[in-house]
Amino acid sequence: MWGRVLLRFAAVYVAAAAVWVAFAGFARNEQLLNVACDPTRELWRDVNAAFADYYERQHGVRPFVRQSHGGSGSQARSVIDGLPADVISLALWTDTDAVRKSGLLDAGWETRYPNRSLPYTSTIVFVVRKGNPKGVRDWADLARPDVEVITPSPKTSGNGKWSFLAMWGSVVWRGGTDAEARAFVTAAYRRVPVLDAAARGATMTFAQKNIGDVHLTWENEAHLEVKESGGALEIVYPPVSVLAEPHVAVVDANVRRKNTAAVADAYVEFLYTKEAQELIARHYHRPTDPAVFARHRGLFPELRLERATTLVRSGTWDDVQKTFFAEGAIFDQIQAAGR
Amino acid sequence: MAAEPETTPLNRRRGADPWYVRYLLVGLTLGIVGLLVLVPLVNVFSQALANGVGAYVRNLFADPDTRHAVFLTLMVAPVAVALNVVFGVAAAWAIARFRFPGRAVLVTLIDLPFSVSPVVAGLLFVLLFGGQTAVGAWLRDHGYQVIFAPPALVLATAFVTFPFVARELIPVLEAVGPEEELAARSLGASGWQLFWKITVPNIKWGLLYGVILCNARAMGEFGAVYVVSGRIEGQTDTMPLRVQKLWEGSDNPAAFALASVLTLLALVTLVLKVLIEPKVRADKEPAAKAG
Repeated sequence: MWGRVLLRFAAVYVAAAAVWVAFAGFARNEQLLNVACDPTRELWRDVNAAFADYYERQHGVRPFVRQSHGGSGSQARSVIDGLPADVISLALWTDTDAVRKSGLLDAGWETRYPNRSLPYTSTIVFVVRKGNPKGVRDWADLARPDVEVITPSPKTSGNGKWSFLAMWGSVVWRGGTDAEARAFVTAAYRRVPVLDAAARGATMTFAQKNIGDVHLTWENEAHLEVKESGGALEIVYPPVSVLAEPHVAVVDANVRRKNTAAVADAYVEFLYTKEAQELIARHYHRPTDPAVFARHRGLFPELRLERATTLVRSGTWDDVQKTFFAEGAIFDQIQAAGR
Repeated sequence: MAAEPETTPLNRRRGADPWYVRYLLVGLTLGIVGLLVLVPLVNVFSQALANGVGAYVRNLFADPDTRHAVFLTLMVAPVAVALNVVFGVAAAWAIARFRFPGRAVLVTLIDLPFSVSPVVAGLLFVLLFGGQTAVGAWLRDHGYQVIFAPPALVLATAFVTFPFVARELIPVLEAVGPEEELAARSLGASGWQLFWKITVPNIKWGLLYGVILCNARAMGEFGAVYVVSGRIEGQTDTMPLRVQKLWEGSDNPAAFALASVLTLLALVTLVLKVLIEPKVRADKEPAAKAG
């Protein structure tokens, strides 16, 4: 009888699947896991492949590198909750340090690798409609009443945080006071018609739904967005912007448990080699190796880049977070005033 | 005999309502269904096939991460459904056959996954098995990963789809009544014989119906699975997660190709549901069956 055969088949299939699931729970210590933020997916895919070749040439074994992507803050949360990351490459210092605070990273992670553990930097630039019809050239243009600004919320998005800091800094770094910065940023956020929760949502709003005149985004994302638009969009570099610093760190507690310390270390060291720096430049991230950066000068127009920590008196990221983004801090006050 | 009282009021209504009310209501319904269901449905397939059939097949099978997502869904969903069949039959049996203190609470608890947001359901498992908890730390130290690995995907999926089987079986079991089981018992049947020879044949259509609904929901589950998956490419991405990732990576044709597979699955579910529905209804109306 067909029913009986079908039932037997289903039972065997389910039993096999159950066994597979149960075994899939055993820790996968043989592979590296890089837990990263969203805008670096294509970069890490290429870097991981290059690293596998590089490591195989040196040690004769091919390492296996997996990657996980999500919002910077939620990725940090997942690592704290037990995602077995060997390496984290998050958008913000505060997210990386949150993992240290949970005890998974050793103190002093920031000084362990060259350039304060920064294989590359980036910045926030403008994407505008073709021909720049609204003539957006500098930050001050964002507060003009005829300009609509697209940027994700700094409460939930790394991109949004860097954009906020760039706006604030554009006033302060050119000699303005905090009060002037606040007035400008308040005016600019009034020009935001939709405050998306995540970077990708903001990109959709701007590029696909055609809302807004200028989109604030990572330099590398801006290049992707412009390429995809097929000529409908273009990039504008403001004269000054924030130096975005996505740190890369080894998760010490995890690599000790998984016995992957040596491979993880080789992986992060690899990021500073000429080969990886070239890949980084080709994905429109600014390599920190001066020679490689000089060779790709043409990809990265010159603009004044400033560190976000100069915006608070103590010069620490904890203070940046507390001053601008904490509950009831400046961004919340600006939002409340805008309503 | 049941047909007459049903049709008469319907006929009377047909004459009573003015024509514009009828046309307005029918038009509104068709419009809403068209706008909310038909247009997106057609859109999924047209976007998936935008670059031709060859590109469609390539999008589905060329990428190892996408292949793994399909494989993972085909592993996770059946196990979650199987768990729910066991728990669902046990719970429905207990509720339909026995009166015990806390029965009302149990009935309410079965519906809990319907009212809890899937994201919260996922977080429950993170809070239970996460690295910050004693259970999670113990498992980690013994080399077993529940959260951010397939076992958590199964748990989260099973939690979210729990009500489907139990909800479907309780009314069937109540309608069938305990008489046949009592008769079998009095003739000396063992508990096992009673279950396989009397109960299962009585509830099989209801059970199948519950399994189909449960499976459809299990394969499509996103929120709870997203939270517990850790989003590791080629390892913990199920089909819905992979669709989102492809879409976020701006690979729209590939995202829609995979989405179209999920949509096809939903359509198959719908057809099976329509086929089985009359049999379930017959099971729930023992009087009609006897007559």
